[in-house]
Amino acid sequence: MNNREVWITGIGLVSCFGEGAGHHWETLGGKTAPAPVIDSERFKPYSVHPLPEMDWSKQIPRRGDQRQMENWQRLGTYTAGLALEDAGIKDNEEIVGAMDLVVAAGGGERDIAVDDSIMADAVHRNDREKLLNERLPFDLRPTLFLAQLSNLLAGNISIVHKVTGSSRTYMGEETAGITAIQNAVSRIQAGQSTHLLVGGAFNAERIDLFLTMELGHFVYRGEPAGIHARQANGGGMISGSAGAFLVLEDAEFARKRGATPYARLSSIVSDLGSREPQAASARLDTLLNSLEIPSGTAVVSGASGHGPATELEFAAIERKFGKDVATRAFTTMIGNPIEANFPAGIALAAMAIRNGGFFAPFEAAEKPLDGAPSSVLVSTIGHNLGEGFGLVEKV
Amino acid sequence: MSGKYLDHLGRPIVVVTGMGALTSLGQGKKDNWAALTAGKSGIHRINRFPTDGLNTTIAGTVDFMNPEEVSAPGISYAMADSTAEEALAEAGFGKGGFPGPLYFAAPPVELEWQHRFELMGEKPGSNPGYGQLLEAAQASRHERMHSLVQLGTIAFRLAEKYGTKGLPISLSTACASGATAIQQGVEAIRRGDTGAALCVASDGSVTAEGLIRFSLLSALTTQNEKPERASKPFSKDRDGFVMSEGSAALVLESLEHAVARGATILGVLKGVGEKADSFHRTRSSPDGKPVITAIKLGLEDAGVSIDDIDYINAHGTSTPENDRMEYNSLRAVFGERVHSIPISSNKSMIGHTLTAGGAVEAVFSFLTMREGVIPPTINYDNPDPDIPLDVVPNVKREATVKTILSNSFGFGGQNACLVLGGDV
Repeated sequence: MNNREVWITGIGLVSCFGEGAGHHWETLGGKTAPAPVIDSERFKPYSVHPLPEMDWSKQIPRRGDQRQMENWQRLGTYTAGLALEDAGIKDNEEIVGAMDLVVAAGGGERDIAVDDSIMADAVHRNDREKLLNERLPFDLRPTLFLAQLSNLLAGNISIVHKVTGSSRTYMGEETAGITAIQNAVSRIQAGQSTHLLVGGAFNAERIDLFLTMELGHFVYRGEPAGIHARQANGGGMISGSAGAFLVLEDAEFARKRGATPYARLSSIVSDLGSREPQAASARLDTLLNSLEIPSGTAVVSGASGHGPATELEFAAIERKFGKDVATRAFTTMIGNPIEANFPAGIALAAMAIRNGGFFAPFEAAEKPLDGAPSSVLVSTIGHNLGEGFGLVEKV
Repeated sequence: MSGKYLDHLGRPIVVVTGMGALTSLGQGKKDNWAALTAGKSGIHRINRFPTDGLNTTIAGTVDFMNPEEVSAPGISYAMADSTAEEALAEAGFGKGGFPGPLYFAAPPVELEWQHRFELMGEKPGSNPGYGQLLEAAQASRHERMHSLVQLGTIAFRLAEKYGTKGLPISLSTACASGATAIQQGVEAIRRGDTGAALCVASDGSVTAEGLIRFSLLSALTTQNEKPERASKPFSKDRDGFVMSEGSAALVLESLEHAVARGATILGVLKGVGEKADSFHRTRSSPDGKPVITAIKLGLEDAGVSIDDIDYINAHGTSTPENDRMEYNSLRAVFGERVHSIPISSNKSMIGHTLTAGGAVEAVFSFLTMREGVIPPTINYDNPDPDIPLDVVPNVKREATVKTILSNSFGFGGQNACLVLGGDV
């Protein structure tokens, strides 16, 4: 019953390097990796991989729609459009009208200027709760609420791209992306869906999000460096703005419409538990051992950069594959896009499989790989909690 | 699997073996049911924060819990913990853990003003604003505050406490979330991924800013004078919903799984229907097509006809637009018969529990079937002539109810319908 094959037939990807699967492969799939795009000034002492210059109108034609969104939603809606276009179904009303939508989302967008100004007033007030009642009803834009609700990225994708089968939104930082993909794959495998649009988007360029991460001391404050180099300094997360969406189809459905697959998404496993090293290592080993991983598999890692989490991840990969495995921590190049981390990893793995090659090492510590991997394991270990692996294979 | 455990499409039959509920009416199914059938309202004046200058000053807050912090995540967790415990106890799952995943309909959580003010106080000499908050955060780890504002935290903590299996799932489909959590449990059991699923929904997000956000969208009632009279679904003078808090939990199992361990079966999840709307961020398509489709898909999925539905648990928010749209959509599906099916809105008494609504109302629907009593739509003194429904006005009604349609609609074009049965 649960044995239908899942194909990846469309990719939408936007990162600091630009947009599109083709562009990302050309940029990252060469013999040497380019220097990552990092802005270390705007949110000093923090670094961030910023969005490239975007012309939102290319995927969100109506100005009115653009105005109703904040950047994480624009980015997600835009990237979703890229994925539909890449799969060749963007204007096929019949197909997108019956397409299921699965989104990994954060939310809680703030109006920073309003917040700052209220905090400035609050200094002189003892009745701060009354101050909120005086200010918020007049200062908050009514539409801001629609950027604060997690499921309103999905809502915007439905409105702009007419994807109106079912619509579900998952939350929980990196685990949101893992759950989204895992749920999508399970539904297709079991025949509960024929075709799905799944992914997430993260706008890292928000001071309020740096604050959230800094409350737990997860953010890197030093000179920007790759994941491995950062580990030597105790680690720390550098986030990145990115959107990643995939079109997944039941192979039979895809064949009927003549779609060309990038790759097959054969299995996803996930778990969550204590990050105490012994327990966490055992849990990661169990997950990896539950997968049937062919020899010649390379690894695409969404390592968060947070010291202990990254150490657990790299050690588990080494236990499973040995020291010489070719691992590419793509977060060195595009930062950690949190909810979009796992979808971005799957997208990069699928590009490598279709193009019959792999990525140049992103850092000196990563082993080169001549030729093409037989399959790619995608690894996402959440900076705070949760972990997942996915296996992307040739069709 | 033997045929007696399979539904009309050859899928595992999904049953309910444990339920928990908590609203402004009280903690636990018993108190809630007593109040609901007595036509009692849980809506009251807000005293959690000052309401000076606000257009709406009433809500269905839950003020009787003892959360570790009075904040959306604090209250939401406390309520979810209570309903999960009640449901698991009824289903007979104890300390040994739960043999399936957790699907949690998660409320919006984020840093709140109290947290900003607290951080400001840690760096009193600095320029007020986010720079100051960051200085405070850099100076020392704020583990509790960090954990509270992570969107997955409530589910992670429930999973740890009750020993559910695998990665706990936090989901949102806005005001349809409670129904979506149940739907996902049903789908997982039908796939054969698991024999059991714990579905929980919770929302304790009545903060000043939360209330103001809904106010700015003109979604809330401003009939503050008599709080208990303000939520009046299907009445002519309805003018918005009442923001409320609550939680519900349901233990779902495949029939085979439940029978094998000798569990008492409380009801059946016969079908789920869902259809996204691309019309508008906060409004439904004027032609009602997505809602109509969601209802039809739910009936089809359950393998029942319109004649089998003998009660409808309405979304019934008490906003002018929702109630009219819901009526028109139901009439399109049920035809003239819609005027003779009893249909009531629990929200007349508990308000709109937002993220939790679909799950809270599913629990009340199962109780309706088990007890043979339909809770009324209260505050129905001024019927809307354009909505000529039998809303079970003001007083409960005894009735044999075997199959129920329960509707949930949310911002972002979310429409989810559940078809619930009393017996296998």
